[in-house]
Amino acid sequence: MSTNHDAHAGGHAASAGHHAHHEESFWRKYVFSIDHKVIGIQYGFTSLVFLFFGFSLMMLMRWQLAYPGEALPVIGSWFSSESMPDGVMLPEFYNQLGAMHGTIMVFLGIVPLAVGAFGNYIMPLQIGAPDMAFPKLNMMSYWIYFCGGVTMLSSFFVPGGAANSGWTSYPPLSDIATTGQTVWLFGMVLLITSSLLGSVNFIVTILQLRTKGLTFMRLPFFVWSQFVTAFLLLLAFPPLEAAGVLQLMDRLAGTSFFLPSGLVVSGQPLVNTGGGSPLLWQHLFWFLAHPEVYVLILPAMGIIAEIIANNTRKPLWGYKSIVYAAIFLGFMSFVVWAHHMFLTGMGTAISSFFQTTTMIISIPSIIILSALFLSLHGGSIRFNTPMLFALAFLPMFGIGGLTGLPLGLAASDIPLHDTYYVIGHFHYVVAPGTIFAMFAGIYYWFPKLTGRKMNETLGKIHFWGSFVCMNFIFFPMLIQGLAGVSRRLYDGGAQYAHAQGVLHLNAVMSMAAWTMAIFQFFFIVNLFLSMKKGEKVDSNPWQATTLDWAATPTPPLPHANFAQIPEVYRGPYEYSVPGHKKDYTPQNQLSEG
Amino acid sequence: MSTHSAHSAHSAHDVKNEVRRYVVVFVALLCLTVITVAISYLNLPTLPAILIALFVACVKGSLVASYFMHLISEKKAIYMALLLTVVLFAVLMSLPLFAHSDPIVLRHVP
Amino acid sequence: MEIPYTITPRPDTGLFNAKAGIWLFLASEVMLFGALFTSYILLRIGADHWPHHELDVPLATLNTAVLITSSITMVMSWASLMEKNFKKYRVYMGLTFLLGVCFLIIKGFEYTHHFSTGETPNKSTFLAIYFTLTGLHGLHVIGGMIVNGYFWGPGSKMWKTQPERFTNRIEVAGLYWHFVDLVWIFLFPVLYLL
Repeated sequence: MSTNHDAHAGGHAASAGHHAHHEESFWRKYVFSIDHKVIGIQYGFTSLVFLFFGFSLMMLMRWQLAYPGEALPVIGSWFSSESMPDGVMLPEFYNQLGAMHGTIMVFLGIVPLAVGAFGNYIMPLQIGAPDMAFPKLNMMSYWIYFCGGVTMLSSFFVPGGAANSGWTSYPPLSDIATTGQTVWLFGMVLLITSSLLGSVNFIVTILQLRTKGLTFMRLPFFVWSQFVTAFLLLLAFPPLEAAGVLQLMDRLAGTSFFLPSGLVVSGQPLVNTGGGSPLLWQHLFWFLAHPEVYVLILPAMGIIAEIIANNTRKPLWGYKSIVYAAIFLGFMSFVVWAHHMFLTGMGTAISSFFQTTTMIISIPSIIILSALFLSLHGGSIRFNTPMLFALAFLPMFGIGGLTGLPLGLAASDIPLHDTYYVIGHFHYVVAPGTIFAMFAGIYYWFPKLTGRKMNETLGKIHFWGSFVCMNFIFFPMLIQGLAGVSRRLYDGGAQYAHAQGVLHLNAVMSMAAWTMAIFQFFFIVNLFLSMKKGEKVDSNPWQATTLDWAATPTPPLPHANFAQIPEVYRGPYEYSVPGHKKDYTPQNQLSEG
Repeated sequence: MSTHSAHSAHSAHDVKNEVRRYVVVFVALLCLTVITVAISYLNLPTLPAILIALFVACVKGSLVASYFMHLISEKKAIYMALLLTVVLFAVLMSLPLFAHSDPIVLRHVP
Repeated sequence: MEIPYTITPRPDTGLFNAKAGIWLFLASEVMLFGALFTSYILLRIGADHWPHHELDVPLATLNTAVLITSSITMVMSWASLMEKNFKKYRVYMGLTFLLGVCFLIIKGFEYTHHFSTGETPNKSTFLAIYFTLTGLHGLHVIGGMIVNGYFWGPGSKMWKTQPERFTNRIEVAGLYWHFVDLVWIFLFPVLYLL
């Protein structure tokens, strides 16, 4: 602990010389902070709240799917007669919940958590930077994201309710939808602006602020994953922003970018100039939204790589191949998007192209996953809570990835398209995949933020409960999907003859979802309890090699992180190096020991 | 600005040279604008008209980027980022177009 | 602790932070306008009739000249700072700002003319994409003018305290301004000439 004490003293000396830092006001310190660590925590809390909110929307939907047309006891009476009269959910409200669940989980929950929170807090520490390259821009990104979130939520209160054209907002439906869609578009424009500012900041920080000796091939994989992710956000989001502007024009200025000629709505010909192309929206949307999938998964892989290397006490197997795979993955993610559009009448030549690229992109994912699996081989594994989540990530993401292959081939996609199979596949990637990685990351880095460990018992209950429930929620979806149940049915398939055989699964999935909510309370309690009562630990409790653990005090110094900017002498994962006295050699350690 | 190391490449003499270059680029841009407008009044067939106009625009654009934005004297990092952007820009322009021009052909059976 | 490379370039990248940042931002702008140009192409292919020379070409040619001129005054204002001639900088930066105003006024004439003859965005896909592209470009011009106006007026105080950092800022503002010019260079033939 003595080094810790010295670090604090050094930090005071350093900050005393800096005029801006003495006597920060409450607002500057906690609300409009420009310290990447505070901003990271702000992102973290906001996105966790949004994740829980999005999850709650889904829990409401699961009632309707399991017991269609029945009144929801107690909770149902909290809603207005425009959404749930007498506790029975209206179809319009169900559509709003569906669209908003997707939007909130992806754009307000996981991306801000994976990039805004983890990237912001951890990445500058791992590269030995005193802060992000543009601290004020960083603050702005958070607040624009916050405004975007509030805008999205406010859409529930406009006439006609929130956006109800699905999270993909396909026109012509979305062009003629209720006002909520306009609010959705404004919210998206804010969220996109926020991620653009954030991604510029991330790339510049990694390019410019790496400390001395930290070459690209010495970067922890987590930093690499954030680097590639930032490029995806930077270059994939603008086309959606453009599409959003065009759809706003359609809705507000009466243009017909996405409205074809001769459109008939509810038996009435639509008065518009026509000549637009609904497929244009799909191209622009999926140009973003496919890279977006990798935005969701890459930071998760980064977190898992850190935790696996640390808890197996071994270097990552094939670090270079993982890095190159991630770069290749990032690039390829831009040229596969139309596999979401096999049913739009594309000819065989162009769909062969997209099938080929889709098969190719599975290769780097498999390289990364295999390398992580092989990293386990021969390790003396520490089964703590972060590691359990990391270990569960591997097969869960594996299922998610492999179930995606049939969707990437036109012949098998045609029957599976828009069924629950797609929902099952995507959620296996993102829920027990990415969200488990996020939990792993929270359990892993919590001691760096607070100086205390989270409770292991509560953590293990949380893990096993979530792990079992996740599979009971999503595996039946694959079965229902193969049976041909459409994902868009308000009654869960009750009125379809071919769905009858798998209908009983709806109640199972719903029960599992609600049970999973109960297990999340173990996490919430653990989070707050451990802040006050958790076991106190020193600044490197996991005995890790990367700079975030090895070179900073706990918590890292405000506005400086390090008492002295460290220098890097070695690669990121020097665990159990033969001949060394300790089983780990930090990156900033000059001599072997 | 010879005093500060950051811009040691740009001494006062260099700046004079560069200003001269800026003026040349400026005149070239104006001339190209006049040319492209003039060509548009020739009422050429659509395809050559588009190709010529885009070619002129590309020349003008690269003049601005190379000289006004000094891209010509930058280091590798920017080129890498811009190369990636250009490739993805091409992808964004071409793939929807290919998809559009390769529809499933519906044959009407008489 | 100070953030490194805010003023001096990092040796291996040759960039100071803000310059790296603005180039990345411009890369994203390329994709934004790229998506709009893609939309333009798809709409044009799908249209039965596409107007030729229906917009005011002489006025737009004048506007092109205005914007190109503003680009050279912008780069001259930066060059003046490199020569440590602050007065000259103020003149050139002021000119850049005024040329921006000039561009917007001419654009305003065009817009009011369209509206007075009933050519609103909802009349055809051509007018829709015309108004969207030029409108978005106009917003970029306004954004650039706000930045330039700030560096001409209150922001120029920094010249006294941190001349190198101020010069960097003007370079970055210039990169953005030239990009706005560059976008127009493509918008002009695409919308007016073809």
